[in-house]
Amino acid sequence: MLIRLFSMIFLFLCFAASSFAQGPDPKPLLNQLADANFSQAETLVGQIATIGDPRVVPALEAFAEGDLYFRKSDKAVFLAKAAGSQLELIDPVTGESAGQVAKGAVTKIRVNNNLRRAIRAALGGLTLMSPDRGVRLSAADSILRSPSAEALELVEAALAKETDAEVKARMEEARAVSLLSSDRSVDEKRAAIETISSLGGREAMRIFSTVSSSIDESLKPEVDKAIAKIQGQLQIWDLAQNVWYGMSLGSVLLLAAIGLAITFGVMGIINMAHGEMVMLGAYSTFMVQDVIRDNAPYLFDWSLAIALPVAFLVTGLVGFVIERGVIRFLYGRPLETLLATWGVSLILQQAIRTIFGPTNQEVGNPSWMSGSFPLGGMTITYNRMWIIVFSLTIFFTLLFVMKKTAYGLNMRAVTQNRRMASSMGIRTPWVDALTFALGSGIAGIAGVALSQIDNVSPNLGQSYIIDSFMVVVFGGVGNLWGTLVGALSLGILNKFLEPSVGAVLGKILVLVLIILFIQKRPRGLFALKGRAVEA
Amino acid sequence: MNFRMKLGGALLAAALSTTAFHGAFAADDTIKIGVLHSLSGTMAISETTLKDAMLMLIEEQNKKGGVLGKKLEAVVVDPASDWPLFAEKARQLISQDKVAAVFGCWTSSSRKSVLPVFEELNSILFYPVQYEGEESSRNIFYTGAAPNQQAIPAVDYLAATEGVERWVLAGTDYVYPQTTNKILKAYLMSKGVKEEDIMVNYTPFGHSDWQTIVSDIKKFGSAGKKTAVVSTINGDANVPFYKELGNQGIKAEDIPVVAFSVGEEELAGLDTKPLVGHLAAWNYFQSVDAPVNAEFIKTWHAYTKNDKRVTNDPMEAAYIGFNAWVKAVEAAGTTDTDAVLDSIIGVAVPNLSGGTSTVMPNHHITKPVLIGEIQADGQFDIVQETPAVVGDEWSDYLPDSKDLISDWRKPMSCGNFNVATGKCGGKGS
Repeated sequence: MLIRLFSMIFLFLCFAASSFAQGPDPKPLLNQLADANFSQAETLVGQIATIGDPRVVPALEAFAEGDLYFRKSDKAVFLAKAAGSQLELIDPVTGESAGQVAKGAVTKIRVNNNLRRAIRAALGGLTLMSPDRGVRLSAADSILRSPSAEALELVEAALAKETDAEVKARMEEARAVSLLSSDRSVDEKRAAIETISSLGGREAMRIFSTVSSSIDESLKPEVDKAIAKIQGQLQIWDLAQNVWYGMSLGSVLLLAAIGLAITFGVMGIINMAHGEMVMLGAYSTFMVQDVIRDNAPYLFDWSLAIALPVAFLVTGLVGFVIERGVIRFLYGRPLETLLATWGVSLILQQAIRTIFGPTNQEVGNPSWMSGSFPLGGMTITYNRMWIIVFSLTIFFTLLFVMKKTAYGLNMRAVTQNRRMASSMGIRTPWVDALTFALGSGIAGIAGVALSQIDNVSPNLGQSYIIDSFMVVVFGGVGNLWGTLVGALSLGILNKFLEPSVGAVLGKILVLVLIILFIQKRPRGLFALKGRAVEA
Repeated sequence: MNFRMKLGGALLAAALSTTAFHGAFAADDTIKIGVLHSLSGTMAISETTLKDAMLMLIEEQNKKGGVLGKKLEAVVVDPASDWPLFAEKARQLISQDKVAAVFGCWTSSSRKSVLPVFEELNSILFYPVQYEGEESSRNIFYTGAAPNQQAIPAVDYLAATEGVERWVLAGTDYVYPQTTNKILKAYLMSKGVKEEDIMVNYTPFGHSDWQTIVSDIKKFGSAGKKTAVVSTINGDANVPFYKELGNQGIKAEDIPVVAFSVGEEELAGLDTKPLVGHLAAWNYFQSVDAPVNAEFIKTWHAYTKNDKRVTNDPMEAAYIGFNAWVKAVEAAGTTDTDAVLDSIIGVAVPNLSGGTSTVMPNHHITKPVLIGEIQADGQFDIVQETPAVVGDEWSDYLPDSKDLISDWRKPMSCGNFNVATGKCGGKGS
């Protein structure tokens, strides 16, 4: 039914496109949407597109977004925008304002996935000739995604007028895809297979597997050859993708573990409240975003940058208080430290649960952290990419602080030989407190990043604490480089195991491997050497 | 993790049992009701809301004069997301606090943990969450959805309306998704779907790195047939899953995801704009257009003093269970377990979608199945509603349970009667 409809639309559109003649007024058809059920609405969308009036494009876009309403009193259809507590009505064809009404006076016209698909296809046809380059590009895209033999002539008409190289290339692809399902000659189809095959990737694969059953017998070997070729390419990209995913998982592990590498690795405190520091950092992000949403929404894209120092200070302060209040009385008594910090972790969790409630808090992704871009045969999501960059930045900054600053020197002196450092005039208790605060603060800024990919709930910390200890122990206690290598290798190992054995078994296997490894090398990958270790 | 959780549970339990709401000073003219939901630990995120809902329902009932002329009194305990602790707390509620009925549990593990306690001490549990079926106890009422009241209608909808031919069954690795997926796989194959068109995938609890799985789904979906994901992913793992879907650009028009554990409450922690059009199947949505629902939402907002708190399906199940219990107690004239078990079967109470739900002899209830699409405001737009469906405890699609039925009326009084052999007893006995 849809296909017949589209043939109607497109025949009409070709005519309309050549003369740009005004068809009948689309408004009566739009108004019929008020009473239509889903399948009737689909038919109507087709009919509206048939008129070929580009003025209906905003109305159709609004329809797909769920912003199309009808007035209860006269069943007239409008676009609606929120205007305070009221809705501003906009004429669907002319785009003129039609005054404001209370929300109760209009009803939203409902839309489902089938309808969204129909609208996407209709918009693709309507906007191929748009003066805006971006719109034409997405129109070609939508034909590429839902090709039909009927779109072919339209694309060809648009192609003849197209001047922009990138849009033209995309339209060529859209033409090739539409051609495959049309009844054009075998030679033309052969050329089309060539075009799609050079497009490559998952998309081409989908197109070929869709048509391979219905295509002309003589073309079958060529399609099969193209599929085999793409499969070969995809296998290599899969490998690259696994490495990338592994690095991404590794960077998350690194973020979670890096604070612990200081408090546990350098200071030797078994800090069970480490995960809660990460959680506090995530909640700081939530608070910052909350304030920004209410007071300065234009700053939202900067919210993470603002949250970083806030989270660092908040968790650093909490860490400082914990060290001064609890841990300093327990140095040299690891079991008591473990129990005490664990008690602290429960207190912090329950405190957050009492203040914010047990449910997840919404932490938004700024626009530069949302979405993805294709890189060859793989998809790279921005949030993961920035998290890799971020974790490496923190790592190298921390390395710099430890190795090149006076404070780092003091810290290392105190942890390596406390009495000697003390004799040299270093205030060791002060260094202890600051080091613990630094480790906690870094856990806090890790929380800012993790809030972008995980739940912000009181349980956030619990899910990272085991992994953090695993990374630090595996990498070698007391060695920052060990933490980096440990995190990345665990991440990559995990991601290579996951596709073949599944996520559950993959995790178990990684744990078993670590246990075996620790048996062989109890001090981890990069063991510290020297007398200080033996003491 | 385990060690940590257990110790945590034990500590919290110790702390709570000394301070808990014991109600030891309660007078005799009240009827006590146990509320057994985790208020700490991993499940607190979901269960705390149900505790609040129960307290609200009890308060509302007391405003109407209580039950049998007595006020109701809630006894709240915290089993701290620790399954064995659920059994201990249930025992404490029944034998120490002498509650007339218990409302509680969320995960199937916790229900399985308390089941023997309720049978041994002969008390009543109302269980308000959708579950995998394959169970029927004399002492438990299942007011959430059985698989045929949620999973199967959802799959039917996708196949009929969206023309889906290829299925990804993705779930968290525990009993509910495993059993549901087993039933769904058998069902799909009985409808002619080929084995290679079904992909089953399990992930650990709280899984947060979905990159590999989402790209696998993309790969599976590029085989030229319309593909959909049926998600039984539990709780917290959903937020990163949907974030990854949105970021990798999987739109509902291309590969729709229908979820059985994602409701208004879970979406509250999420920006739903990239998710518009993904689906969920429940027996209730907050967006249901019915006067009784509007009233319920108003009461809920007033009770919680927060007009942003959402309502969800398990709350409706708790509402139905509670009202059915009240009606059964009033019919029996006593809160005695055996009398209530007899009088509750056949009791019909209004549900929140505007119809009525009836307690059936198999201790499940009738209710309509709603399919909703996620909207940009975190609510659902209902795209399909079925007439009321009877909960089917023993799935017709599993070979070893298709001959079993459950009927707790006398003289049968059997939870697993085998119609093929004509004997009581079979699986689950």
